[in-house]
Amino acid sequence: MIYHELIIIGGGPAGMAAAVTARERGISDLLIIERENMLGGILKQCIHNGFGLHYFSEELTGSEYAAKFVDKIDELKISYKLNTMVLSVDGNKMVYTSNEEDGYVIYKAKAIILAMGCRERPRGNLRIPGSNPSGVLTAGTAQRFVNIDGYLPGTSCVILGSGDIGLIMARRLTLEGVKVKAVCEIMPHPGGLVRNIEQCLNDYDIPLKLSHTVFSIHGKKRVEGVTIAMVDEHFNIIENTKEYIACDTLLLSVGLIPENELTFAMGAKIDSVTNGAFVNQNLETSVEGVFSCGNVLHVHDLVDYVTLEGIKAAEHAVEHIKNNALKTIRRVTVVAAAGIRYVMPQYIDITEEEEVVRVYFRSRKVFKEVSTFASCDDVWISKRRHLRLLPAEMEFIEVNTNDIKDDTVYIGVDA
Amino acid sequence: MVDIVIIGAGVIGSFVARSLSKYQLSICVTDRHIDAAMGASGANSGIIHAGYDAIPGTLKAKFNIEGSDMMEKTCEELNVPYKKTGSLVIAFNDEEISKIQEMYDHGTKEGIRDMSLISKEQVLTLEPNLSPEIKGALLAKTAAIVSPYKLNINALENAVRNGVEFLREHTVLGIKKEKEVFSVITDKGTLTCRMVINCAGLYADEIARMVGDDSFKIIPRSGEYILLDKSEGTLVNHVVFQAPTMEGKGVLITSTVDGNLLIGPDAKEIKDKDERDTHRSSIDYVYKKGLQTTDKLLLHKSVTIFTGVRATPDKGDFIIEESRYCKGFINVAGIESPGLSSAPAIGNHVALIVKSIIGDISEKENYSMTLEKKKYFSEMNEEEKKEAILKNPLYGKIICRCESVTEGEIIDSIHQKAGAVTIDGVKRRTRAGMGRCQGGFCLPHVMDILSRELKVDKDKIQKGDEGSYILTGRTRQ
Repeated sequence: MIYHELIIIGGGPAGMAAAVTARERGISDLLIIERENMLGGILKQCIHNGFGLHYFSEELTGSEYAAKFVDKIDELKISYKLNTMVLSVDGNKMVYTSNEEDGYVIYKAKAIILAMGCRERPRGNLRIPGSNPSGVLTAGTAQRFVNIDGYLPGTSCVILGSGDIGLIMARRLTLEGVKVKAVCEIMPHPGGLVRNIEQCLNDYDIPLKLSHTVFSIHGKKRVEGVTIAMVDEHFNIIENTKEYIACDTLLLSVGLIPENELTFAMGAKIDSVTNGAFVNQNLETSVEGVFSCGNVLHVHDLVDYVTLEGIKAAEHAVEHIKNNALKTIRRVTVVAAAGIRYVMPQYIDITEEEEVVRVYFRSRKVFKEVSTFASCDDVWISKRRHLRLLPAEMEFIEVNTNDIKDDTVYIGVDA
Repeated sequence: MVDIVIIGAGVIGSFVARSLSKYQLSICVTDRHIDAAMGASGANSGIIHAGYDAIPGTLKAKFNIEGSDMMEKTCEELNVPYKKTGSLVIAFNDEEISKIQEMYDHGTKEGIRDMSLISKEQVLTLEPNLSPEIKGALLAKTAAIVSPYKLNINALENAVRNGVEFLREHTVLGIKKEKEVFSVITDKGTLTCRMVINCAGLYADEIARMVGDDSFKIIPRSGEYILLDKSEGTLVNHVVFQAPTMEGKGVLITSTVDGNLLIGPDAKEIKDKDERDTHRSSIDYVYKKGLQTTDKLLLHKSVTIFTGVRATPDKGDFIIEESRYCKGFINVAGIESPGLSSAPAIGNHVALIVKSIIGDISEKENYSMTLEKKKYFSEMNEEEKKEAILKNPLYGKIICRCESVTEGEIIDSIHQKAGAVTIDGVKRRTRAGMGRCQGGFCLPHVMDILSRELKVDKDKIQKGDEGSYILTGRTRQ
């Protein structure tokens, strides 16, 4: 068994930011464990720009963004294990790993930062009927084939879901000469960022079909086409709207699922809406000394926010390691109320010190010119104006801990 | 010229090959697909039935009971996951109570062990998640679950190690017989042999017609399933059937040997034998039927949906005999459920038929009916993991994160005798890509390994049969 003060699971943007912060705050004994053959996580395959505007105040590609952190990690001589899979973590902060060089190795840590990122929702989870040919794959897998391996996944395609990866791939494939025939989105509003709808679809005349889904997949060996159809407000197929589109590829960009197998295995509580851990405002999970950040906690819109969350998790992990964490007097639950799909953190721990806590949330639908509120015992304790609220864009509201008189805080839209 | 050509590398063809592989016979197994277990054997409930369903006196009853008795040992020999879960047939009303009584009587008549009719309270003690509407059930403790494709693939692997030749992608186009010699004409050339064993599943009637035997017809029937995440795998402890009705055997719920939860199938006649489509209506039906058994089924936990097929014989019972129209041509046809349960027994029986035709054949000096013991990496304990990695460091490198499948296991699956040559082939031998991300993460890695080990370019790697390519060429450089 090998001991480290801090172990970070995952060397993507969240894990790298956490590692740099922890080192800068004086943690010398830390290790990043990464399953791929290099650091960077999903950023490695994001060769498009649009990264770093918030955090670095300059526009970078995903790989450039990652490289800045990789350089920093090397400069700070932070150690990391590549090609190493964490098989399991338990509540005693034992980390069970395996790789080709060291074999089966068990680590123990004083604090753990979970930064495993997320995976894409596959076809089977959506239960798209039809045949089962090759040519149905998630947008991220396609992105890897194109940007890392240099291969094309098809010649003509339909994309289901208007998540950002799908939109980015619509443009990327178009530039590679692949005919992108349509992007279907089951919701009446786009899933990805407004700028991606503009720059990846509209600029290339790729039709975005809102309230549309794939009804069926055709082709025995390879995809030959898909039947798409419009849905009503309950997502039921409207019969006479079916349309056949010939294509050899169906890309899915239908949601990201935080990859919390390890979190679950160690016994941490999981939020069934975010699919991430329940955390307090310090990003600490229900297992003491285990912190969660980035897309494994909840799916973010921008990597810049993932970085910030990684930094925050590291700051509090460092406090934990140095035994400086403030004692919790009482725990308050934060609940998503009217118009809100989820909140993060799900707990606020009240300590002796007054604190302004930023509660992040996503709305259930599009709102224009509304206020959100935080309420406690039917009294508003905070309020924020929004020109618009989009489910695709994370928002926040701030709450002062001195105002929390009850053990539940509700976050809602004042409609 | 070989002694025997077996047409079809499904579970039946593979077990026939295995049973014959110990004798001094030269044998080829042909299949029109790129791998074994690509028809009915590859997608079904994976259940070893106790044997009470079939009508006493039928071949179905005989081979089911024999096969079920053999199965635990066979799985042990072939290193196939097997779990004796027992089964329940639940009854919701008096009519169904009398139906399960009838099944119990059938079973008793056939001498099936460990069966009992149990009360509602007993059912709910055994299966607390089942509907409180249940009136009673037939409990059969000998029922079990297996990995159906593993059983098929490993039986063939065993046969091939004993000297049987496996000819993939050989579609039989015609069969001629001259002076006791068969010419089996395939799209890849003609095979000559002394005997032909027709294990062609859905196509068995078409193969039989090639020698002038039109004594039976195969009616293709499909059944659709929903597979739920491993988080749901402990919802039931037994295979839970609903009582059979006029509509068919009914929808069952079972955990799989890999720990998922399986719901299905429906039953529908299909026109196209190659069709494996899933349908919204069927999946909805299966789910609704499943909910009658337990209301705790979470559809959003689905990992995949799939369609299996049944080679239903028009006359009802299995057909296992030398054709009356052609000497030396043996039909092993119409092997629908309980075909999987019957497979080892059918294999042995066909070997007897062959012996009765050819006369006494001696056994090979070196043959084995067992494959080496091998655990999935994910099922090893710490010591076993350490040891496995020490022996082969590639066992330390996890390729499929959902199922913890290592590079070492994938390479082994490619280089075994009847090894994997496709993504699906690797998947069914190792479970890589079978987990909750359904290959989103490991697909590119598995392709790299296949490409390297088979020494073919990555854009030649297929999901399954020819035409199921995954990549269409290079990007602009």
